Amino acid sequence: MKKSFDRREFLKRFFKIGFASAFSSALFLYFHNKEKKDEKIFSFPDFRKNLKINPEMVILKGKDLKKIVETGFKSIGGIEKYFKKGETILLKPNMAWDRAPEQGANTNPYLISEVAKIFLKNGAKKVIIADVPCNEKNKVLERSGILREGRASGAEVLVPENSILVNFGGKTISKFEVGDIFLKADRIINMPVVKVHSLAGITCAMKNWYGILMGRRNRLHQDIYQSVVDLTGAVKSTLCIIDATRIMVSNGPTGGSLSDVVEKNLIVFTTDEVAGDTWATEILGKSTSSNVAISLAKAKGLGTDNYKEILKETIDLES
Amino acid sequence: MNLKTIRLIYQIFFFFSFFILIILATPFVWKEEDFSQVPYPTNFFLEISPLHSISTLLSTGIVYKNLILSLFVIILTLIFGRVFCGWICPFGTLHQFFSWIFHLKKESIKQNTYKKSYKIKYFILIFFLISAFLGLNLEGFLEPLSLMYRSISTSFLSILLSNFIKADYSHGWFLGIFFIFLIFLNFIFPRFWCRVLCPLGALLGLLSFSPLFKINKKEGCTSCNKCLKNCQGGDEPHKEHYQRECIVCLNCISPCPEKVLSYSFLGKITEKGKLDLSRRSLIFTIFGSLLIPSLIKSSAGRKKFLNYNMIRPPGALEESEFLKRCIKCGSCMKICPTNALHPAFSETTFEGIWTPVLIPKIGYCAQNCNLCSLVCPTGAIVPFTIEEKIAKPIRIGSAVIDPSRCLPYAYGTPCIVCEEMCPTSPKSIYFEEKEIDVRGEKKSIKLPKVDLKYCNGCGICENKCPIQSHPAIYVISAGETRQKENKILL
Repeated sequence: MKKSFDRREFLKRFFKIGFASAFSSALFLYFHNKEKKDEKIFSFPDFRKNLKINPEMVILKGKDLKKIVETGFKSIGGIEKYFKKGETILLKPNMAWDRAPEQGANTNPYLISEVAKIFLKNGAKKVIIADVPCNEKNKVLERSGILREGRASGAEVLVPENSILVNFGGKTISKFEVGDIFLKADRIINMPVVKVHSLAGITCAMKNWYGILMGRRNRLHQDIYQSVVDLTGAVKSTLCIIDATRIMVSNGPTGGSLSDVVEKNLIVFTTDEVAGDTWATEILGKSTSSNVAISLAKAKGLGTDNYKEILKETIDLES
Repeated sequence: MNLKTIRLIYQIFFFFSFFILIILATPFVWKEEDFSQVPYPTNFFLEISPLHSISTLLSTGIVYKNLILSLFVIILTLIFGRVFCGWICPFGTLHQFFSWIFHLKKESIKQNTYKKSYKIKYFILIFFLISAFLGLNLEGFLEPLSLMYRSISTSFLSILLSNFIKADYSHGWFLGIFFIFLIFLNFIFPRFWCRVLCPLGALLGLLSFSPLFKINKKEGCTSCNKCLKNCQGGDEPHKEHYQRECIVCLNCISPCPEKVLSYSFLGKITEKGKLDLSRRSLIFTIFGSLLIPSLIKSSAGRKKFLNYNMIRPPGALEESEFLKRCIKCGSCMKICPTNALHPAFSETTFEGIWTPVLIPKIGYCAQNCNLCSLVCPTGAIVPFTIEEKIAKPIRIGSAVIDPSRCLPYAYGTPCIVCEEMCPTSPKSIYFEEKEIDVRGEKKSIKLPKVDLKYCNGCGICENKCPIQSHPAIYVISAGETRQKENKILL
């Protein structure tokens, strides 16, 4: 039996169809040609805000790392000169390789822990040790000894998981993905290790900033000198503590054999990374003129290529 | 507490310990300082499977290391019947759970009667054992523990614990779907896999021809069929009782209104219900089993057809020996800290499907790592120490530079990321400095070269090469230590 199509039925269907078409049109029109919003671009905070920092440099020699760190800070103007109480300090060591401490491919874990301890003792809210490694991160954390020593000193050791796009405004690097943790700290301390590098000549303070980059940072090798200068110019760290307890003289930057490293027992405190790199070039027995990054950085006004100008003192704690 | 409850507790315990052991096979949950030792018996379930030990015994002539543990299961079966299937096997527990879910509202007596299809598993077992004897170890495809370990670790764990275990596997999706398919077979009737397909169940069924403890029936059965209501094996205790199908679930004892059934020592030996694989089908199976492996071997296993382009984990045996031993369990893939090992599919021939291959583009072989060799339950990967790996060195292949897309060679752009990453000392990638002319502009460039004397084929160069889609430096298996025919250097 057929049901007649009465007025009520007509109105019901009419409204159903009307509602459905209105809804779909609204939906389509809303999404029509809607462009995805651009990713937000961040920039580095000023890690030297409210601090009076002059280019200075102190070279220390010795085996007692605790004493070295204490003397070093005292000599370069006191630790309170480099941060304010209650701030978050980020230590950026070289923690890139799946290598043991004695192989000298990463920053000495005991030096890192001493620096973390002294900051915590003097009233830092938190000390974070972070780097983006080249090898598998968990193996690097364990094998470098930095996870163990860093945690023992009371610092937080981590490898950033998320990246954010940061404006560098350099010649080679205009924007690049950076681990988010590196922008969250109040002060950033560069803690490189001195090594030879087949492409860049040496890797020390300036090249260490590669470690904050995420994504396909390997592409930057195409213009390595300019990119390290761009990085150094953008980050402007608070202080740089160069680990030359062991320096890698061959097979850099990975090494692997104990014959690749030479024990020097030197630590350098500097506020000028370019001068630090100049010193490192010299200790590795290379000529400063061969390192194009130094001359590019000097031209950009990032520092001096004559570290003796700013060298405050050389302290030998061994004697 | 009756026996049934105890069984359930056992099942739940073994099921969860199976999962926990898989999760513990992730190196970064360990507290140890170095990763040169596996602190947990992560392979326990793989090593207690008698099918693995018997099959590798047939194909290679030895029972490897911890596979001796499977003797325990054999003796257990001879005494108590198929308790392994009903009480221990985690795959069986999973099937029992889903059978229960799928058949909640259905009349289940009919589904739990004995069916002729239950014989299929014996033919599968015969096929696997004969092919193993002919040197083709195929049981890993369907051995339940291997199958479960592989499927769980390569597909489900990487979804469920993706934040914790950061490992994904090439075509893990397929293994996952195959696993789900096997679970859905329980719609046909409960425990379809265990009753019809499982080759390990068949082996244990043959072993439980006359166990000391079994279901015994006193006089007075009225054939009410109530015992069949939850029967897991479908073995009809009220009639002839197909002893080899009984998985000792003990679900038949309490429902019996006459109380004639009991699980007890010895009792009457029933000759009825014995395995009746008809002579004709048995002969067909044996001939088929002789023929098919030979056919597979005629194309796949022969040396000249070997796919030399697949990179095996370090320490792997020579290919034909490797295939004889590999049970495709996936424990090496699970434990690999760099996610370098993946189940093979198109890389290899039929018999090698789901064996481990190293894909450097996804993950490289870490220099200070020997975990895959430590966990291999059958010795397809021979254990080695890290010192051996570096000093010998154990090579898995050789790096090859393709100058047609390598940045310095093809485009005159400095790069040598591969040289920077190379972990050997001295570096196996060195460079030659050369004056080049790029559109009239003279410049000096460093061209990477490979020194095969030091290269161990770890693949970090391929992994880190800035040319991502087709790395300009890649690893080929030529030069690997394991195969004499594939060596390059004198």
